[in-house]
Amino acid sequence: MDNHNSEHAELSEHDDGQIAEAHHPSYGVNVLVWIGLIALTSITVSISGINLGSLALTVALIIATVKTMFVINFFMHLKFDNKVFKIFVGVCMLIFIVVLVLTFFDLTFRYE
Amino acid sequence: MANGTIAVPKKAAEPDFYHVRTKHTGIWSWLLTTDHKRIGLMYLSAMTFFFLAAMTLGVLMRLEMLTPGETIMTAQTYNSFFTLHGVIMIFLFIIPGIGAVFGNFILPIQLGAKDVQFPKLNLMSWYLYMIGGILALFSLFIGTGIADTGWTFYAPYSIRTTTNVSISVFAAFILGFSSILTGLNFLTTIHRLRCPGMTWFRMPLFVWAIYATAWIQVLATPIIGITLLLVILERAFGIGVFDPTLGGDPLLYQHLFWIYSHPAVYIMILPAMGVVSEIIPTFAKKPIFGYVPIAISSLAIALVGYLVWGHHMFSSGISDTSRVIFSLLTFIVALPSGIKVFNWVATLYKGSIEVTAPMLYTLLFIFIFSIGGLTGLTLGALNTDLHLTDTYYVVAHFHYVMFGGMGLIFFASIHYWFPKFYGKMYNEKVAKIAAYWIAIGFNTLYFPMFIMGYLGMPRRYYDYLPEYQIWHVISTVGSWILVSGILIMVFNLVKGIRSGKPTTANPWGGTTLEWTVPSPPPLENFDVIPTVTTGPYDHTKLHQQLRKEYKDQQKTEEGKN
Repeated sequence: MDNHNSEHAELSEHDDGQIAEAHHPSYGVNVLVWIGLIALTSITVSISGINLGSLALTVALIIATVKTMFVINFFMHLKFDNKVFKIFVGVCMLIFIVVLVLTFFDLTFRYE
Repeated sequence: MANGTIAVPKKAAEPDFYHVRTKHTGIWSWLLTTDHKRIGLMYLSAMTFFFLAAMTLGVLMRLEMLTPGETIMTAQTYNSFFTLHGVIMIFLFIIPGIGAVFGNFILPIQLGAKDVQFPKLNLMSWYLYMIGGILALFSLFIGTGIADTGWTFYAPYSIRTTTNVSISVFAAFILGFSSILTGLNFLTTIHRLRCPGMTWFRMPLFVWAIYATAWIQVLATPIIGITLLLVILERAFGIGVFDPTLGGDPLLYQHLFWIYSHPAVYIMILPAMGVVSEIIPTFAKKPIFGYVPIAISSLAIALVGYLVWGHHMFSSGISDTSRVIFSLLTFIVALPSGIKVFNWVATLYKGSIEVTAPMLYTLLFIFIFSIGGLTGLTLGALNTDLHLTDTYYVVAHFHYVMFGGMGLIFFASIHYWFPKFYGKMYNEKVAKIAAYWIAIGFNTLYFPMFIMGYLGMPRRYYDYLPEYQIWHVISTVGSWILVSGILIMVFNLVKGIRSGKPTTANPWGGTTLEWTVPSPPPLENFDVIPTVTTGPYDHTKLHQQLRKEYKDQQKTEEGKN
C-alpha cells in the first residue's frame, strides 16, 4: 500500500515532505563533537560540587541543552536535513521550554 | 462535485471493501487487515462495548446515590466504580473515539488517498488499544481489587493504596502508545498523501482538526507515559519521586499528569469540532463561514491547550504567581473556541437548514457544549474556583464538555457517516426521537449537579446530607431517561445495519471527497486518484444540479397542466 500511495504523494505540490540529500559530517567533525560532549559532561560533574544556589539547576540545564544541540545537529543529522524537520524539532523544544518555565512559576514561588 | 473534483470516473461494479477477496477470510480478514476502513470499524465495535460497559457502571453509581447511605453497594465498591467508569470512558472511549473510528475510516478518503501512510502500524495501534482495554477490565478480577484512586491516580494515595493501581496504570500506559502511533500515522498521512490539488487550505476542516489533534497526541502523550511508569516504579521500589515521606513531591505528579491530561481534553474535543464543521455546511447547504479562522483556531486551541494545565491545581497548594498566570491563560483558550462557535452559527444564518438526525445532534452539541464551556470559565476564575472545586459543579461541567461535546458528536458522526460505512440507512424518525430523548435525559441527569455542586455537595462522596437528596433523585431519574435514549439509538443503528434500506453514494448532498466514492467504498477507495480544484465546501455545482432538477420538475408539471 505504501508504494502506490507515495506515487501520488509526489504529485502534491508541497515541499514539506521531500527528503534532503544525504550529507554526512566527516569523521573529524564527529570526533570533535564527541570531545566537546565529553568536555561538557566533565564541566557538569565538576560544577556539581560548587554551591551555585538557585543557579545550579539553570546552569545544568543550559549545559544539557548545548549537548542536546550537538547530538541532534551532528549525530542525528538535523543540521543537514530539510527545513521542515528543523521546524518540527524547534516546535517541540519550544513547547518543552514553555512547559518547564510554567512549572517553575510554581516551584520558585511556592514557599514565598 | 466534491472539492470541485475532476477525473473521478464511474466505476464498473467493483466489490465494496466488505466483499472484496483478500488473502484472509472470515474473522482473519478482520484481525489481520491493514485496510483503514476495517480498522476503523474494529475500533467502533470495541468502543461500543467499552462505552456500554462504562455506562452501566455510571448508571449503577447514580442508583447508589438515590438515597443517603448504602443503597446498592459499599463505599469501597463505589470508589472502584467511579475509578473504572472514568478510566474506561476517558482512556478507551473519549480520547481515542472520533479520531480512531472516523479518522481512520474517513480521513484517507477525504484526502483522496488509498489508505493511511503506515497501514501495518495502524493495525498495531488497534492491537495495543485492545491489550490496554483488556488489561483495564482484567484489573477487575485479579489481585486486591479495582483501583480506588479515581482516573487521575493522584500521588501519594495511588502509591499507598493496596488496590490494583499498577495494572490500571500500566493499561493507561499501553493505551498511550496506541494513541502516539495513531497520531504519528495521521500526521504523516496528511503531509504525504494529499491528492493532487489538495493544498493545505483545500483540506476539509475535519482533516485540520485531526491534524491539530495528532500533534498533541505525539507531543503530550509521552509525558503521561513516563509519569505512569514512575508511579509503578514508586509502588514497586519506593524510588521517592512523588512520595513526600521519601523526599518526593506529590505536586510534581499533578503537574506531570495535567501537562498531558489537559491537552488530552483537546484530543477529545478537537476532532468533534472538526465533525461539526463538516456536518453544518452539508445540512445548511452553504459553504462554511470563516474556513481559515476555523482551521487556524484548531491549531491555536492545540497550542494554548498546552499552557493551561495548572487550572486543575488551583486548590492543591501551587504558588500564587502560577495560579494567576494559569488563570489568565485559561481565559485565553476561550477565544479560539468562541471563534469556532460563532462561525458555525454564522454558517447556519440564511442557510437552507435540513434538520436530519446528524444535524440535530450537532445543534444539541452547540447548545450543550456552550453551557459546558461557559461554566468552565467560572472554574477558571480563581475566586469562584475555590468555592466550586471538587464539588458536583465540576462533575457537571466536565460531563457537559466531554459527553455533551465529544459524546454527542460521536453520535452525530455515526449517523452522518453511517450510509458511507454500511451502504444502508437507519430509520430517521426513530433516530430523531432518540436524539430528543437523549437531550432530555442528559440535562435532567447533569444539570442538577451544577446546583448541588454550587450548594456544596463534594464529588466522589458515597454518602450525603439529606438536603441534597432531591437533586440526586432528579439526577438518577435523568440517568434512566438518558440510558433508554442511548439504547433506542443503538437498537435503531443495529437494525439499520441488519435491514436498513440501501442508500446512494451521497445521500446528504455532502461536498467532500468521501461522498464521491460508492457506499460502502471499494478496497482502495478510488480507481483513479482524484484531482481537486476548489475548496472542500463548494456548493456551486450542487446548487446548479438542484436548480436544474427543480426546473425539470416545473417543466414536467407545466406539461401535465
